[in-house]
Amino acid sequence: MFVRNDLLFLGLGILVPVCASMLVFLFVDAPPLRATELFFEGAFGSSQRMGDTLMIWVPLLLASSALIITFSAGMWNIGIEGQIIAGAVAASFVAREFEASTPVVLTAMIVAGLIGGMIWGGLAGLLRVRGGVNEIFGGLGLNFVATGLVVYLIMGPWSRRGIASTGGTEPFRPQAWFPTLDGLRVSPLSVLLAIGVLILVLWFLSRTSYGLRLRATGKNPLAASRFGIRTDAYLLLSFLLAGGVAGLAGVTQAAAVYHRLVPSISGGYGFLAILIVLLAGFRGQWILPIALFFAAVSMASFQWQLQLGLHSSLGGVIQGILVLSVLLLSGYRAISYMRKPISEEGDA
Amino acid sequence: MSLQLRSITKTFGPIVANDSLSLTIESGEIHGLLGENGAGKSTLAKVLSGFVSPDSGTVELDDEQLKLSSPSAAVSSGIGILHQEPLVFLDFSAVDNMLVGSPRDGNHTKDLAEEHLLKICEQFNFSIDPLIPVQKLSVGERQQLEIARLLWLGARVLILDEPTTAISGSQRENLFQTIRSLAEAGMSVIFVSHKLEEIQEICSRVTVLRQGRIMGTKHLPCPTSDLIDLMFDRELEPQGRKSSDSLGSICLELCGQKVTTHFESGKVDMTFRTGEIVGLAGLEGAGQRDLLRSIAGLDDTVTEGVFFRSRDIGDDSYIHRMQYGFHYLPADRGREGLVDGLTITEHVALASPQRSIATDWKLSREESKKIIDKFSIKGTPESVPASLSGGNQQRLLLGLIPDNPTVLLMEHPTRGLDIESAAWVWKYLMSLTEEGTTILFSSSDFDELMTYCDRIFVFFEGAIIQELASVEATTERLGSLLGGVK
Ligand SMILES: Nc1ncnc2c1ncn2[C@@H]1O[C@H](COP(=O)(O)OP(=O)(O)OP(=O)(O)O)[C@@H](O)[C@H]1O
Ligand SMILES: [Mg+2]
Repeated sequence: MFVRNDLLFLGLGILVPVCASMLVFLFVDAPPLRATELFFEGAFGSSQRMGDTLMIWVPLLLASSALIITFSAGMWNIGIEGQIIAGAVAASFVAREFEASTPVVLTAMIVAGLIGGMIWGGLAGLLRVRGGVNEIFGGLGLNFVATGLVVYLIMGPWSRRGIASTGGTEPFRPQAWFPTLDGLRVSPLSVLLAIGVLILVLWFLSRTSYGLRLRATGKNPLAASRFGIRTDAYLLLSFLLAGGVAGLAGVTQAAAVYHRLVPSISGGYGFLAILIVLLAGFRGQWILPIALFFAAVSMASFQWQLQLGLHSSLGGVIQGILVLSVLLLSGYRAISYMRKPISEEGDA
Repeated sequence: MSLQLRSITKTFGPIVANDSLSLTIESGEIHGLLGENGAGKSTLAKVLSGFVSPDSGTVELDDEQLKLSSPSAAVSSGIGILHQEPLVFLDFSAVDNMLVGSPRDGNHTKDLAEEHLLKICEQFNFSIDPLIPVQKLSVGERQQLEIARLLWLGARVLILDEPTTAISGSQRENLFQTIRSLAEAGMSVIFVSHKLEEIQEICSRVTVLRQGRIMGTKHLPCPTSDLIDLMFDRELEPQGRKSSDSLGSICLELCGQKVTTHFESGKVDMTFRTGEIVGLAGLEGAGQRDLLRSIAGLDDTVTEGVFFRSRDIGDDSYIHRMQYGFHYLPADRGREGLVDGLTITEHVALASPQRSIATDWKLSREESKKIIDKFSIKGTPESVPASLSGGNQQRLLLGLIPDNPTVLLMEHPTRGLDIESAAWVWKYLMSLTEEGTTILFSSSDFDELMTYCDRIFVFFEGAIIQELASVEATTERLGSLLGGVK
């Protein structure tokens, strides 16, 4: 009986946003069918485009993995953007300073990115735990600082010879690039990294004693402390881990996408990931397809812009509608669940 | 006027919480609902008040079928429920709390709410300032406010689910007085409890539930043993505390420490022996909780003069003291005791001291099955606290006490347990003391205090005003001491 209910909601969860998106297209005078066609063409129409979709998928997956950690600890980590940037800056530093073979440089960049992100996440965590600063404000503030820092580096100490422009730093040496396959821009290594990290994070949260304590802290800090859990330490841990994972997104952005440091290195993925995790209802396995869909919409909006003359922000509108309608549905589902037999599942 | 329930059935998965219950409650009647833990009392109360919808069955008030699709629909049909601790908006004033859930129309304005509240206060002898923020009210006063609100919204049937567990004795008297006047004014009252004396004291009829079914309805007063027969299969064997000369060496000492932060006068010196059971009596908020929490290391303000086996542990936090075998059992199991959203198995894993990275979930699951068996919890290893009845949550809390605690600090250890389980729990706790556990617990149940304690401390306004050996304690003596009369 519960299964049928679940399927019904899944069906509605697909149908409602699709219909809503169609209405949006009608509203902006674009033919919905053609737009849908362009969506599939734009995102999956050729191996290149598929590759490009995956290229966006990677940072979305990493940022979502990061967020799911802090969400499990009951924290709104708005600072993912800053943590991505910090990871990218740290990785760029390594790429600029060290000359070695590709495996060595890339490993060093990954480690540096992890540490950079952890420092940035840890700062937000410390502000929260020690300073009593709400993590939302702390995260936002640190995002600004990170953006400022990256612009300063690009315009100042790391500017290209002779020109100081916000276009970015000098490209890295090829040894510091993630390897790609012929004709594709996406690096299989970064895809593997992102999927591996997601699996690791889900394993950590659901199977380990540390993950369990972290979730207990998120659900009820007072009761958790009665179980002997140092809740402050676990909050901090969640920020450190999330920061580290977000830092990895910075590494792939710098080393696999731009091959240098650019001001918009975080690409807004930190914010988009919040929507993805909300949509997935904090259930990790759903992150894979949802992030892929988001990546596809981002790709499709290029096509909508080129072929239908629609503004590129339309992709964002569609993503927003998707989230809103699913949240509405799940709210409705929670209410109807309360009034119907309750399954033993009991998720957040 | 009468309230008629016709074959109400409510299942949760495989559990039949209410099994086609039919019942008639007359106007002016105070009808008791009695039953062991998990019998389905709260579920029935929730069905009537619109918090859960039944699988089948109907409810009629004055021969008119009601649609109880939501709590507000239930209230506007005339059925209101008073929760144990009424949900209120703490920052709001009393009147604003009345307005929050009321329909927006000309009959429900702030002025009218204030007027109504004052009228009710006069009628029932409440003293609630309409403009006072609700957080300044005691739980008993919040209940009064909630009753006033429900009356204002037109409730003709009032359901009270274990209303006396969180309030003091005098507040209880007030509440009972109010309930009686409400019944005299023609309201129907449904009173849920598993305290037999309370049911005897206030109800005119009682219906006993067992495993979701009605076992019988009795006119009161009737012999208490009849009710017990209906509630349980088995006879209760009375048991008491062994004599206390087998007590061991001194295990815990408090020297010159303040019992509460509010009352300077409450300095104490005391010692507790291994295997001893000490009861803390007193009105709610008289200082028992502060003592328990400061011994547990949860009260930051008290850091001096706590000695455990002659070792100064005053600076150690609760987490630290847990390593010495201290364990604190809070009264508020929902907010402080259990983590909602985590399963019983996950609770067991949290409570067990494994430090390896990967949790052994199979082991935790086995362990949780054992606890479920041992404490006869009605649930599965996958149950979350929200799906357990109040008494079963308490059992889980007790089941999570680690093996061989040295000092067990408990607030109301058997609150919410039916008498049979309470007796069982005490048998278990006494077996712990034989292994060397020292127990300190607060309780508002005189029988519990007199039956199981070696010593009783009576608290009044933040200080201990009397120490009694259990043989010296009588109900009268405790009663007057609670009121500060030596
Ligand atoms: N939301 C729920 N989901 C699953 N099972 C539930 C839920 N609520 C109650 N139950 C089950 O229904 C049964 C009856 O519970 P109920 O709360 O009515 O008991 P009760 O008589 O009030 O007991 P207590 O005296 O312990 O409060 C119990 O077995 C309980 O586990
Ligand atoms: Mg109950």
